[in-house]
Amino acid sequence: MEPFENVKSIVTPLDKVNVDTDQIIPKQFLKLVQKSGFGKFLFFNWRYDENENMKSDFILNDPKYDGSKILVAGDNFGCGSSREHAVWALDDYGFSVIISSSFADIFFSNCFKNGILPISLESQIVEKLLQETSPIEIDLENQIIKTSSEDISFEINSHKKKILLEGLDDIAQTFQFEDKISEFEEKSTVPSVL
Amino acid sequence: MGKTLFEKIWESHIVVTKQNEPDLIYIDRHLVHEVTSPQAFDGLRMNNRKVRRPDLTIATMDHNVPTSDRSLPILDQTSAVQIKTLETNCKDFGIKLFDINSPNQGIVHVIGPQLGITLPGSTIVCGDSHTSTHGAFGALALGIGTSEVEHVLASQTLWLEKPKTFEVRVEGKRSNPHAVTAKDIILSIIKNIGTAGGTGTVIEYRGEGINDLSMDERMTICNMSIEGGARAGLIAPDQKTFDYLQDREYTPKNYESLVDSWKDTLKTDSDATFDKQFILDINDIAPQVSWGTNPGMTCDVDEPIPSPDEYSNGDANQKKGAEKALEYMDLKSGTMIEDIKIDRVFIGSCTNARLEDLIEASKIIQGQKVASSVNAMVVPGSQMVKRQAEEMGLDKIFIDANFEWREAGCSMCLGMNPDILSPGERCASTSNRNFEGRQGNGGRTHLVSPVMAAAAAINGHFVDVRKLDLN
Repeated sequence: MEPFENVKSIVTPLDKVNVDTDQIIPKQFLKLVQKSGFGKFLFFNWRYDENENMKSDFILNDPKYDGSKILVAGDNFGCGSSREHAVWALDDYGFSVIISSSFADIFFSNCFKNGILPISLESQIVEKLLQETSPIEIDLENQIIKTSSEDISFEINSHKKKILLEGLDDIAQTFQFEDKISEFEEKSTVPSVL
Repeated sequence: MGKTLFEKIWESHIVVTKQNEPDLIYIDRHLVHEVTSPQAFDGLRMNNRKVRRPDLTIATMDHNVPTSDRSLPILDQTSAVQIKTLETNCKDFGIKLFDINSPNQGIVHVIGPQLGITLPGSTIVCGDSHTSTHGAFGALALGIGTSEVEHVLASQTLWLEKPKTFEVRVEGKRSNPHAVTAKDIILSIIKNIGTAGGTGTVIEYRGEGINDLSMDERMTICNMSIEGGARAGLIAPDQKTFDYLQDREYTPKNYESLVDSWKDTLKTDSDATFDKQFILDINDIAPQVSWGTNPGMTCDVDEPIPSPDEYSNGDANQKKGAEKALEYMDLKSGTMIEDIKIDRVFIGSCTNARLEDLIEASKIIQGQKVASSVNAMVVPGSQMVKRQAEEMGLDKIFIDANFEWREAGCSMCLGMNPDILSPGERCASTSNRNFEGRQGNGGRTHLVSPVMAAAAAINGHFVDVRKLDLN
């Protein structure tokens, strides 16, 4: 995983609550067996009509937001299915920061495995950011969002912050505890399946 | 101070713990399916890693599989590739696979318990949010993403932050348990706590209303924990749990001694406290029908659809959400639920496609015909459920009523296979999610119990099954 770098960009305001992962990446695209190339299918049913023409009233199709790396959305973002394809699609499209007043647990966890920073803020601040038209800067090291008018601090668990900043490979980290895992297995009373 | 059941399971699975960091938790059972695993196996290959414990891992194919004639080739090439990929991965990494022709094939959350793979007090993961189903057996069962699937394959562990505890106490007795079902209990809970009400928590369902439920019903409750936002849902095991798992194909040989140890330990201590609590009284609850585009947008069958104002309780964003939902569903506030006409009926999914679900639905339709305007199908949750139902003659009841009787799989719950709604079609569905386009682009889903779905199939619109003679 690449280390997370500070981001400066305009925000794409997706003013909806309960955006579920079925909307972020519809089921027909889950049949692919690789991790790449999902960006073009992001929010597919909101982005395209039945003839696969772009819908002009959907925010991602407004050229004003081309190149935006920060998505701001309403409460309970990423709810529903555990599909990590949702995060792969956001990442491949170009988003590296998602801001919301709350995230669903599995989606939240999936973000960190792919170098995406989900930031949880109070609803009033999210409302304000939905209106922000100037570029904003995300400084993960210092946990600050710099807007044209103010600095907003955000919380992040120190372990998760480290994972993003160092781009750590989770599994390699875990293998350092190989002896502990073996020790646990020796004591475990849960039988094998087979 | 005493401990909750969840805390006991958690603590007994800690491999590494450090202050202010996630715990490394050991995983006893890993269930794998074709959709969320190919990239995980690729990751192992790229790094020359093995599956650490193939003997704790099983796989099946459920999301993509056609539910029509299994002797025919799969027409959708991308589905066929994904199914083939799982076969290759299981072969290469030595994992037991219940493939499309196996008598044990089925929805992963239906087969785990049926085969005795799901065990009380164990930790279970699967790359699927409805893994919470297995919590009905007093297991800590978590849905995970593909990166975590890879992590478990490689290390049999996961780094997890300890969730908070949430007691959902279900009190009272249903006066008509054939009409008011486990599905109505869980939809009522979600309607009350909201779709994010359980975020960051593990729910333990407790109380008389839970003790009274069968194992099939408890699975329906735990299955939809994720629809309330919870990380997992669980129910303390009791004699019904132990009896259910007795003599299954993969029930451990030392089962009796395991049961003895579980009886002593797998319960919440009387002096334990929870971080959060919700109480539902089920004495007077009604059958539930969802009207919107998330499972919290649900009302009683004898109620009108609420206005966005009534639904949102003053929250402007929720109000906007409800307006959008009504527009998508092509419904108006004030319309009585029983006046909503339907085009399709789907009885299936990991929520409601077990044997008891099919038995209850069959009682509603026996000797009747599906309304001429309705297309109805039954997709048993597993090949084993299908065989058991056929031994009881349920298939004939459904077929005689003009239901389609299909092979096992996830089917129209998420429409990855050919079973989908056309744009604008309205479906009474026993599944778990009424999200926009979930069952097919432009399709409109109403979540209901199997008996409500069966009654809607016969009448062409929703009916209050409490009015029917169900004894």
